[in-house]
This record gives sequence, C-alpha cells and structure tokens, in this order.
Amino acid sequence: MATTTTDIDADTHHDHEDHHHGPEPGLMRWVKTTNHKDIGYLYLWFAFGMLLIGGAMAMVIRAELFMPGLQFVEPQFFNQMTTMHGLIMVFGAIMPAFVGLANIQIPTMVGAPDMALPRMNNWSFWILPFAGAMLLSTMFMEGGGPAFGWTFYAPLSTTFAPDSTDYFIFAIHMLGFSSIMGAINIIATVMNMRASGMKLMDMPLFVWTWFITAFLLIAAMPVLAGAVTMMLTDRNFGTSFFDAAGGGDPVMFQHIFWFFGHPEVYIMILPAFGIVSQIIPTFARKPLFGYSSMVYATGSIAILSFVVWAHHMFLTGMPVAGQMYFMYATILISVPTGVKVFNWVSTMWRGSMSFEIPMMWAVAFVILFTIGGLSGLMLGIVPADIQYHDTYFVVAHFHYVLVSGALFSIIAGVYYWLPKWCGRMFNEKLATIHFWWAVISVNVLFFPMHFLGLAGMPRRIPDYGLQFADFNLIASLGGFAFGLSFLLLAYIVVDCIRNGKVVKEARVWESAKGLEWTLPTPAPYHTFNEEPSRELILKESSHTGDNH
Amino acid sequence: MQSKDQYYVPEGSYWPIVGSVGMAAMLGGFASSLHGGIMGTGIMILGLVIILFMVFGWMGQVVHESESGLYNKQVDKSFRIGMAWFIFSEVMFFAAFFGALFYAREFSVPWLAGEGNNMWTGKLLWPEFKAVWPLIEMPKPEAFVVPKAVIHAWEIPALNTMLLLASGATLTWAHWALYNGKRDQIIYGLMATIALGVLFLGLQVAEYAEGYGHLDLKMTSGIYGSTFYMLTGFHGLHVTLGTIMLICILMRVIRGHFDADNHFGFEAVAWYWHFVDVVWLGLFIYVYWFV
Repeated sequence: MATTTTDIDADTHHDHEDHHHGPEPGLMRWVKTTNHKDIGYLYLWFAFGMLLIGGAMAMVIRAELFMPGLQFVEPQFFNQMTTMHGLIMVFGAIMPAFVGLANIQIPTMVGAPDMALPRMNNWSFWILPFAGAMLLSTMFMEGGGPAFGWTFYAPLSTTFAPDSTDYFIFAIHMLGFSSIMGAINIIATVMNMRASGMKLMDMPLFVWTWFITAFLLIAAMPVLAGAVTMMLTDRNFGTSFFDAAGGGDPVMFQHIFWFFGHPEVYIMILPAFGIVSQIIPTFARKPLFGYSSMVYATGSIAILSFVVWAHHMFLTGMPVAGQMYFMYATILISVPTGVKVFNWVSTMWRGSMSFEIPMMWAVAFVILFTIGGLSGLMLGIVPADIQYHDTYFVVAHFHYVLVSGALFSIIAGVYYWLPKWCGRMFNEKLATIHFWWAVISVNVLFFPMHFLGLAGMPRRIPDYGLQFADFNLIASLGGFAFGLSFLLLAYIVVDCIRNGKVVKEARVWESAKGLEWTLPTPAPYHTFNEEPSRELILKESSHTGDNH
Repeated sequence: MQSKDQYYVPEGSYWPIVGSVGMAAMLGGFASSLHGGIMGTGIMILGLVIILFMVFGWMGQVVHESESGLYNKQVDKSFRIGMAWFIFSEVMFFAAFFGALFYAREFSVPWLAGEGNNMWTGKLLWPEFKAVWPLIEMPKPEAFVVPKAVIHAWEIPALNTMLLLASGATLTWAHWALYNGKRDQIIYGLMATIALGVLFLGLQVAEYAEGYGHLDLKMTSGIYGSTFYMLTGFHGLHVTLGTIMLICILMRVIRGHFDADNHFGFEAVAWYWHFVDVVWLGLFIYVYWFV
C-alpha cells in the first residue's frame, strides 16, 4: 500500500518551469494537445470505449452459444460479431491501450520532457476515432459488416464479401498509419530523448519491450497495408493476387497476412511483459532477476516472430519440409519465453512479497499467460495442430494469452500507475473484489473452451452439437460475469479519479523504483525539463543495486 | 520562452485533426465512389484538398519554426530518426508487393500447372495451363485480358534506370554543394534532379500507354499485370511525391534556407529520393529484366 516515504528526489524537477505552457482550458485542449500525458489518457479512454463495444459483441456471441440451436441472431450476424469483436479488440482496444501506456510512461521513465515528435503524437491518436468509426459504420451498411473472421482470408474477403469491406480496408489503412507513426515516435523518444546518463542497458524493461515492439510495428504494419491494398484492387480493379484463375493464389493472402499477423501477436504481448517486469520487482522488493537475459529474450522473440508465420497455415497443404521448419522455429520461441517466466518467478523467489492490487494482477498474468503459452506449444506441433486447427482449443489459447495475458497486464499497469497519474488511490476493497471476480470468471469463461476444442467443436459457428452444450453453458456464464467485471473496473477508475483518497507521496508504492516515482504525485503536466543525473538513474534502477 | 537549450515541445496544434478529417473524407469518399455513391468522388476530392491544405500548413509551420531557430540539435536528430524509420516502413510496404511477385512466380504459377505434389491441381482445374514467366496466358484466359506481350527491359525501362541513377548523382552533387556553401550549384543540382524525375514520369506514362494501348497489358491481365502495375504504379506515385518534395526544397533553397549544419529538410528528401531509386533497381531487375 501507499507508504509514508517522502522522497527528496522529487524536487530535482523544477516545477516552477512548468508555468509557461500548462494545459489549455476547455475541450480543445484534448483536440490540440501535444502533451504526452494528455495523448496517453486519450489513448486509454479510447481503448476502454472500444473494449466495451468489442466486449458487448462478445456478449452477443456468448448469448447465442449459451444453448445449442439458433436463439438470438442470424448466422450472418453472428459471423459479423466474431469478426468485429476480433478486429476491435486487436486494433481498437489492446494496441491503443499499450500505446497509451507507452505515451504516458516512457518519457517519465527515461527522463524526457515529452515524446520526441509531439505534434505527430497527436495525429497518431486522432486518426483512431475516425478509423474506429469507419470500421464500426460497416455494421450499418447494406449487406452488413465484414463477416469473414478477423483474419479476413481471401476469397471470403474478396469475391464473397459485402460492399462494406472497402470501408473496412480503409479503416485498416488508417489504423496502420496511426500505429506506424506511434512506433516511429517511440523509437525516436527512446533513442534520442533518453537522459544522457541512461545507457541502453539501464532502461527499465517496459521501455525496452516497447522499444522492440516499435520495430515490430514498423516492419509488420506496412505489410498489412500491402495485404489490404491487394484486397482492394482484387475487389475493385480486376487484379488477381488472390485469384488462382489469373495465376494468383488465395493461400498467398494467408502468407502475407500472417507475415504481419504473427509479429502482431508479439506486438500485443511484449509490452505486457514489460509491465509485469516493472510490477513484480516492486512488490517482491528485489531487483528484477536476469535483467539482461530479459532484454535478449525480448529481442530473440521479436526476431523469431518474423520467421514462424506459417504455423497458422499447417492445413493449407504446404510441403512437409515447410511444416517441419515452421514447427521447429515456433517451438524455439518457447525458449526465450520460458526465460521470461523463469525470471519473473525467480524475482519473486524469497522476496519480501506483498500482494497489492497491481501485484495480484501481475501474478495472475504469469500463471494464466503461461497456460496460454503452453497451449500455444501444443498448437505449434504439426500432427497435434491438424486435430486442433480451427477448433475452440485455438480460441481458448489466444484468449488466455490476449485476455488473461495482454489485457490483464494493461489492467495491472493501470492499477500500478493510476495513483501517480491522478494523485488519488483507488478503492482497494472494490479493486480486490474486481480482481477475484475477473480472475475466476475469465477461467470459467475460457478454460472449458479447451475441452470443447479437444472434443472437436469448430470455432466461428453459431450453433453446435448437443454434446458441447454443458461446457458452452459454463463458458457463457463465465463470459457474462467477466463482461460485468468491466463495469466495475470503469466504476473503480472513475471513482478513483473523482473521489479517491489523495496520495501525496512521490513513491506511491513504497518499494517502487524508477524515474517516474521521483516525480511529484500527481505527475505535473510537464516533467524532466532538466534531465535526471546518472546517479539518480542508477539509484532508481529496478534491476540493479541492493535489495531496496 | 523556449530556448535552444531546451527541447522544443510545440504548442497545441489543429493540423493533426484537420489531417484526420481529410484522411477519413478521402478514404471514405473513395470507398463510397467504388459502390456508386453519388457524393463519393466529391467527398474524396474534398478530402484530398483538406489533406493538401494540412500538409502545406503543417510543413509551413515546421519550416517557420525551423527558420526561427527553435530547433536544437536534439530536435534535428528526432526528425532524422523519424524519417529514417518512416522510409523503412515504406520499404516493408514494397516488400509485401515484391513478396507477392516472388510468390506468384516461384510458387503459385508452377503449382497451378501441376508442379511438385500438385499434379491434381493442374489436371483438375485447368489442364491446358502451362507455367511460363512472364505469365501471358493465365489459367483461365477467358476471364482476363490476355496481353500480346510484356514491356521489354532494354527499352524504356533501361532508359528510366539511367535517368533515375543520374538523378541520384545530381542530387548528391547538390548535397555536396550544400556542405560547401555553393548555392548556385545546389540550385542547378536540384533543378537537374527534378527534371530527370519529371522525365522519368513522362516515360513511365508512355510505357503505360504502350501497355494499355498496344500490348493489352492491363491490371486485369492476370498476376503478371497485377504485380507489374501495382509495383511500378506505387513506385511512380513515390517518384511523384519525391519530385513534389524536391520542388519544395528547391524553393526553400532559393529563399536562402539551409546551411551546412542545418538542413534536415533537404536531407530527408534526399534520403527519400535515394530510397525510391533503390526500389526502382529492384523493379528493374525483378519485374522487367529477369523474365
């Protein structure tokens, strides 16, 4: 919990320098802002809004699957729900939430006054509401929205797709443009705005993981733009990239898509690794175990992520040699990932552990992400994948890594840094209820899906055989409970901002280390106009030095 | 207020939201026009105009700030990092289309003719189909425009290669002049580069006219036509943008902007131009030459 440690470091930042441009009054502040914290908050609120919309779609899916037979929606609409749910959660919720956390935290963690390119930073955000609106608008068009799954395989997305698909294509272009600009900004910030006393291997792990993620974004998003551009011309201008009759190949779409798609998976999990690596040392009261191995593991995962894409395509009829290569390369990723899990556990080992809210989420992350990682290993094995492919086992796998992995880390990060942002502590009693509610319900929701998949229930269907009824009912009940937990989260956050108990300590969590905790609470609008000293940086490192 | 000692954090700006509105209008209008929306084309053009307004306004403001001396060395470095990685993202965009070209040539076309373990693909789908590259006769020729021939490498494309390589040299000549403070030489170098770029584009148009007019080589000519026009088309678009950027830089040089120490704008455009040059070499080799 918050402690009474006052921090003499706090006054190394000259608050009196902040007067010359504070926040502008009125709503236009948020439209025009070039401040990294403002933009970060915008990202987080946008992501939360999209999370609720995508979550509502998930509720429709679970309601329809509550019982066998068709209850509430038409199959075509059901397909739109699964498609839009996936697209919104990936591009509208998880990615923007991580970029938001990066925006708020990276400058304060590297001792910078702001992001390197503040006006472009604003644009990265303000493309999103337009792109999100364009994506959602497809649902209201003639012929309905995209219904071909979030992976939009050709020819479902080309020959057989509704007119609205072209709006979807341009929404993806815009989202990609935003992501690339955001990534460029993060790279420039880390390379150029870091306090001169902070060497690369002094950087906190959240900064490191995001730095590497930014390279993944810059390399992967343009390929996605290429894929949707080919879709656009195939649909409207008579090209035959994905049309075998013209010498192209629908399978080529899958290759191009997954060349983007697999790095994308790591784009959504590497920053999560960073957040967890910040939180665990704080509440284990020990420096992070194996810092440099964490950095190298992150880099290895990033490089490997570009050479494993076809493990999503084992059933497309690729040569056995191809299957073997992609299988072994995929399994290889478990080595650096295992290094990370080992390091988190070792950081906790014999630490003076305490279980504040962020720590509970971080520990839940380590356990539940590992479950998702292990089911991923099963899917990476060719002969096993032939059984599991396109079943609910896959759905269980990626929801364990993306919901109880990526999303949990975002929630952990918000609970961890929220008091620093707003100068108020959230209601810990409610937050405890929220934690247990979410952790139990998420497992009730997703764990039975493993059994459903192993028993052969295919994904992306609105109806199923009677033998799958019991587990689907359990999963749906868990789903409704998990969905409700986000309303509680919204209440906790708003209640914290408006009525939370005021926190004055710079170091909100007594044993937290890092430059962000040397700032006054709440963090001032502008920070680090004068860069922190090397001495302070080393003292505030969460991975070197004595045991706090 | 802000001094050179401090990193320049700009005041709030309306340009980004203007750009977003323009982008949404342009792309939304385009999508609408594809499906017979009455207003589509109009909205698209409006969006384009808004984007141009934003680009000129935003860049104008940046130029003004730069000339007022608000940017220190650190800001300059941020711009450089930003431009370098932006160009890398462009490289990856082209990589997707080059990937499609290689995939079609090495995999999908031979497979459709039954190569490897795909004997039944060939027999069942289009038994008449023969794999050749460049692909003139596609598996189902009646559904596409079958070209009479493709563009030969050692005609206009070879000439265009010379033009672009020469333009890279003239641009570097201007760059040297910038370091040595020879303003006339910068202007001549830039003018020559722009002229070569425009000439390149003119020849590219002539080549397209030949393709569409005489050879029946169209976007609808199967996978070869698809990759040919998408690769050379996006490249041509980049040459167009690069030429416009060079013209802006020329105008700034004429107004006396840039010196040996402070010329990020010049260098960014030069990097971009060289990048477009390198992409062309890839195109020349893989689209035109090795067929």
